[in-house]
Amino acid sequence: MRIEWLLALRFLREGRAQTFFMLGGVTMGVGVIVFLTSLITGLQRSIIEKTLGTQAHVVMRPPDDEARRIIKADRSLAVSANVERRAQRLSSILQWQQIMRDLEKRPEVTAVSPLVAGPSFAIRGSATKSVALMGIDPERYTRIVPMPSFMKEGEFRVTANDTAIGIDLARELGVTLGDKIRLQTADGRSETVTVAGIFDVGIRDLNRRWVFITLRSAQNLLDLVGGVSSLDVTVRDLFTAEIISEQLAGQTGLTAESWMKTNAQLMVGLKSQSASSYLIQFFVIISVAFGIASVLVVSVIQKTREVGILRAMGCSRRRIQRIFLLQGGVVGLTGSLLGSGLGALLVTFFAKTAINPDGTPVFPVVLELNMFLIAAGVATITCILAAAAPAARAARLDPVVAIRNA
Amino acid sequence: MTETKAIIQLTDVHKQYGSDGITTKVLHGIDLTLQQGEFTALIGPSGSGKSTLLNIIGLLEQPTSGIIEVQGSKTGLLSEDELTAVRGRSLGFVFQFHHLIPAFSALENVMMPLMLAQGRPTSAQRLRAEELLTRVGLADRLDFKPGKLSGGQQQRVAIARALALNPPLILADEPTGNLDTAAADEIFKLLREVNQDSGTTFLIVTHDPRLAGRCSRVVELVDGRIVT
Repeated sequence: MRIEWLLALRFLREGRAQTFFMLGGVTMGVGVIVFLTSLITGLQRSIIEKTLGTQAHVVMRPPDDEARRIIKADRSLAVSANVERRAQRLSSILQWQQIMRDLEKRPEVTAVSPLVAGPSFAIRGSATKSVALMGIDPERYTRIVPMPSFMKEGEFRVTANDTAIGIDLARELGVTLGDKIRLQTADGRSETVTVAGIFDVGIRDLNRRWVFITLRSAQNLLDLVGGVSSLDVTVRDLFTAEIISEQLAGQTGLTAESWMKTNAQLMVGLKSQSASSYLIQFFVIISVAFGIASVLVVSVIQKTREVGILRAMGCSRRRIQRIFLLQGGVVGLTGSLLGSGLGALLVTFFAKTAINPDGTPVFPVVLELNMFLIAAGVATITCILAAAAPAARAARLDPVVAIRNA
Repeated sequence: MTETKAIIQLTDVHKQYGSDGITTKVLHGIDLTLQQGEFTALIGPSGSGKSTLLNIIGLLEQPTSGIIEVQGSKTGLLSEDELTAVRGRSLGFVFQFHHLIPAFSALENVMMPLMLAQGRPTSAQRLRAEELLTRVGLADRLDFKPGKLSGGQQQRVAIARALALNPPLILADEPTGNLDTAAADEIFKLLREVNQDSGTTFLIVTHDPRLAGRCSRVVELVDGRIVT
């Protein structure tokens, strides 16, 4: 062991109460940081998971229909016209099969699913409800929205004859598994399907409106033969969705909307939550640093005589400085280890007490190695920085004065 | 070993404290040479400048003017770090209040100059420290912390520590100052023994005329001037 280490560790051991207080400060600080970080990460992750449980990361639609002027202005002709925005009819993505294949080849895209969505009525006896037809390819769609995991009754079986509807729609129409409902669109096309599954996605509006049928049935009902109204895309990294959606829009000429745009409000909320947590952590770190610095200043004053003796015996100023910096570093590292344990314990305890009525935790505990490493690194560096001023002070001590006055 | 080899030589050394009008002159043109193997007492009334002279010889303080040569090399132009290195190599200190480091055992205190010189503890250092502590009669107190030792024993540890690097010159500031007569005699005897066995040069600041009388040379300082 190098002499600096020997001296630093011995001084720490000798100054029991001081070392204890410094360690306590760092432990609490790191504990709070670990607790806050894992709590907020867990909460945010669960919110995002819930939100994205029923959404694609990127939705691609055909470009809006634009009104075009028939008469073109040229040099000899001035045209004055009031051009109104035209009503958007349901239109298909041109060449959607080709686009889908191209999207699937991209490494950042994990799944693509075509969708034919449009308005319709669900009729059973005298009950008529306005619903949203969801024409899907079941195998592809479940890779984006895990419908089978939302099933309350029956199974997610969508065929030419079978449908899956939400739990609220089933109640309003008074249907159970095996009952038939008629789907009818505004222009009179209709089809009759059997309820094979009833789902609960946790969002009432969707439970009331979503009716899943096959792509082909929806194309027929909505008069969109061979076409699709949108392509749902999931990407590998959630938070790159916006960038990827911009790229996809540019390359395909379609409009693309990421979940971050769709849920802008949520994103603002999450961002300000993170910001306030960072702010708290910042001030925790600052106050720990002040604590360490003030204890070490006192310790340097108490060690004045020892520093003087060491200097007289041929110990350089730089070495004296290192001895005190090391004390900061050792306290920082040890405190981080203890604090990581404390934080992990706190958050686990908190997660155990905060449970939903059905016994599942309100939020999942997220304890990642990375978080511990960052917290420990920040704490250790902070402690070394906090020790810088006291260490410089120790190094400046004049050995004569130090020995005489001690 | 030549009798005339100068360990340290001071030529016209002046020291004054303070600046901007109010200055106190402490040393007025000191010329002093310590030859190898000399056992010198430095005496003088309080305030005569003994401690300042000792600090200047110990390279802990810089003179206002004058030349200091340690084993033939001038120290005037050396940097703080270089002075620290010369101090570690050539000088041993024994202070009045022993100044051991309380967090370390007697053995570790004696090893300290060696550890500082070599950067880390080694088993050779341990053997050397054991040998030195045995020599000062503390073979059975190796692992005692300074707080568990008597004043005389602490001062013996301090002497063993000063000897660790086998320096040519040992500076002692009132080494027996806070000891009773019996313990003081013991310590003095020990210093004398070391001087005779190893040829180490000693400069001992003392108030005690009885001890001074037993030194081979006495330098008396009065009002910053050497009178004998």
